[in-house]
Amino acid sequence: MSGAASSVLEVRDLRKSFGAVEALRGAELVCPAGEVTALVGDNGAGKSTLIRCITGVHPADGGEIRFNGAKVSFTSPTEARALGIETLYQDLALVEDLTVWQNMYLNREIRRGIGPFRVLDRRRMIDETEAKLERLLVNMPPVRAKVRRLSGGQRQSIAIGRAASWGSALVIMDEPTAALGLRERTAVEALIGRLRGEHIAQLVISHDLEQVMRISDSVWVMRRGRTIAHWRTSEVDRTQIVAAIAGAGTA
Amino acid sequence: MQESAAPARQTRFDIGAAIRDPGFWGDNAALIGLLVIGAAFSLLTPYFLTWANISDLLVSASILVVLATAQQFAIVTAGIDLSIAANLPWAAVVFGLVYTGGYGMPAAIVASVVSGMLVGLLNGLIIAKLRVNDFIVTLGMLGVMNGVALIVSGGQSFSVNSHFLQALALGSIGPIRYFYLIAALIALAAHFIFANTAFGTHVLATGGNREAARNMGIPTDRMRIAVYAIDGALVGLAAILLVARTGGSDPSLQTSQLLSSIAAVVLGGSSLFGGRAAIIGTVAGALLLTTLLNGFTLLQVSEFYQPIAVGIVVIAAAILSRLQR
Repeated sequence: MSGAASSVLEVRDLRKSFGAVEALRGAELVCPAGEVTALVGDNGAGKSTLIRCITGVHPADGGEIRFNGAKVSFTSPTEARALGIETLYQDLALVEDLTVWQNMYLNREIRRGIGPFRVLDRRRMIDETEAKLERLLVNMPPVRAKVRRLSGGQRQSIAIGRAASWGSALVIMDEPTAALGLRERTAVEALIGRLRGEHIAQLVISHDLEQVMRISDSVWVMRRGRTIAHWRTSEVDRTQIVAAIAGAGTA
Repeated sequence: MQESAAPARQTRFDIGAAIRDPGFWGDNAALIGLLVIGAAFSLLTPYFLTWANISDLLVSASILVVLATAQQFAIVTAGIDLSIAANLPWAAVVFGLVYTGGYGMPAAIVASVVSGMLVGLLNGLIIAKLRVNDFIVTLGMLGVMNGVALIVSGGQSFSVNSHFLQALALGSIGPIRYFYLIAALIALAAHFIFANTAFGTHVLATGGNREAARNMGIPTDRMRIAVYAIDGALVGLAAILLVARTGGSDPSLQTSQLLSSIAAVVLGGSSLFGGRAAIIGTVAGALLLTTLLNGFTLLQVSEFYQPIAVGIVVIAAAILSRLQR
């Protein structure tokens, strides 16, 4: 059940305290390539802390994180990003007054020229943004438009598109559809489905268990800082997941 | 290849649609205001639209253009620089002391820019590292540098005589005076930074959504410090123009330049909440404010009315900017 060989991410017995508060007391997680792994649990179960430890926002106190088989401990999100781990933040991390392509290439700008005279290669970034997003999105927003002018769903798809096109190995999404309407949610789920075909590992935090059942390949349940259960999604039903989240049958 | 595939892609500027879009008016408030007020003055007095007057107008606007560009850097990051009113005379005093001390013009120019930049750097460090509000820090620095400039100069203004400064103030290449040529180059450079460099984009991101910028790995503290340092250096440059124009170093506060610099940026369509740089708008804003004063002088309107008109224009522009996209 560990899926060892093809696992992009493996977390073992991860521990993290903030002062006297033990946020993680033995978290486990495995994310295989080409699969959608769902992480569920009540508020305060430690999901967000786990994500932050994986991406290098917080250093873990104990346990180990293996990325493509090698032990890692990132000290900043930039280090994680360099290895192809992208995070889609709940607030999307888009800058409204910049254009779609500027957001796409934020802090990854393509420049031309030499030394201090290097300037942005706008043409190339615009073209490549179009190419990257066209591959992923059904309704392409205009890449020269400022994000301010886009709808909530369009913003969401751009943020996911950005994470997906840079996250060559692992894309982590924290509640990717929480703020969306039905139609937009469907589009985002379709995008997640397409990314699965690209051999990318996806880790999705969601409170929406219907969605978890629809999109995920495996489900991991956290409770009070521990991973208490995991299943293949096809081998579990909603009631079992709800019971695990609520702590039924565990000490 | 792409044209046939994507007919709906917006690339061409559609004037008709732009005029019907209220956002167009909001984004270009300063330019539109400048044209309207310019047209009005041309109708009211034959002296307005002469090259001699326009050239004078541009000269009087030059220092404000440089200061407004400096202010723009602070405002882009959702900050504000009130210390300009004291940093400007401080840099002018340093410039004058170094030059009259016999160290030569190049040293005086460097000293002016560096002394301005140091004040900006200090602002930036306190704002970013000690997490104090921009308004408060630069307000405090306004007082501190006002006092320092008075102490260093002994509270006296003193004349600075130099052929170089005279040439700077009065010389020209053909019909183009050096004075506004320099201001235009500075504004163009700032525009270039925001439009064409990664640094400029990172500054815009820091101002537009600091959390997002940080999440994308942009060192937002360093960006804010850099922005205030550039702001200060530009104030140092403006100080040289000020000494050239007035023929001396004067330690007294330049409050009206401060207020006009903020007004020009706001008129130009930049948001005080940060994230937007509109250098062309800012320059238009500075020209608009200067044009108002110039036209009133030509029409011999009492100078008591001038601040009223300027104030009304600023508020009107702020109302118009609510239409912004």
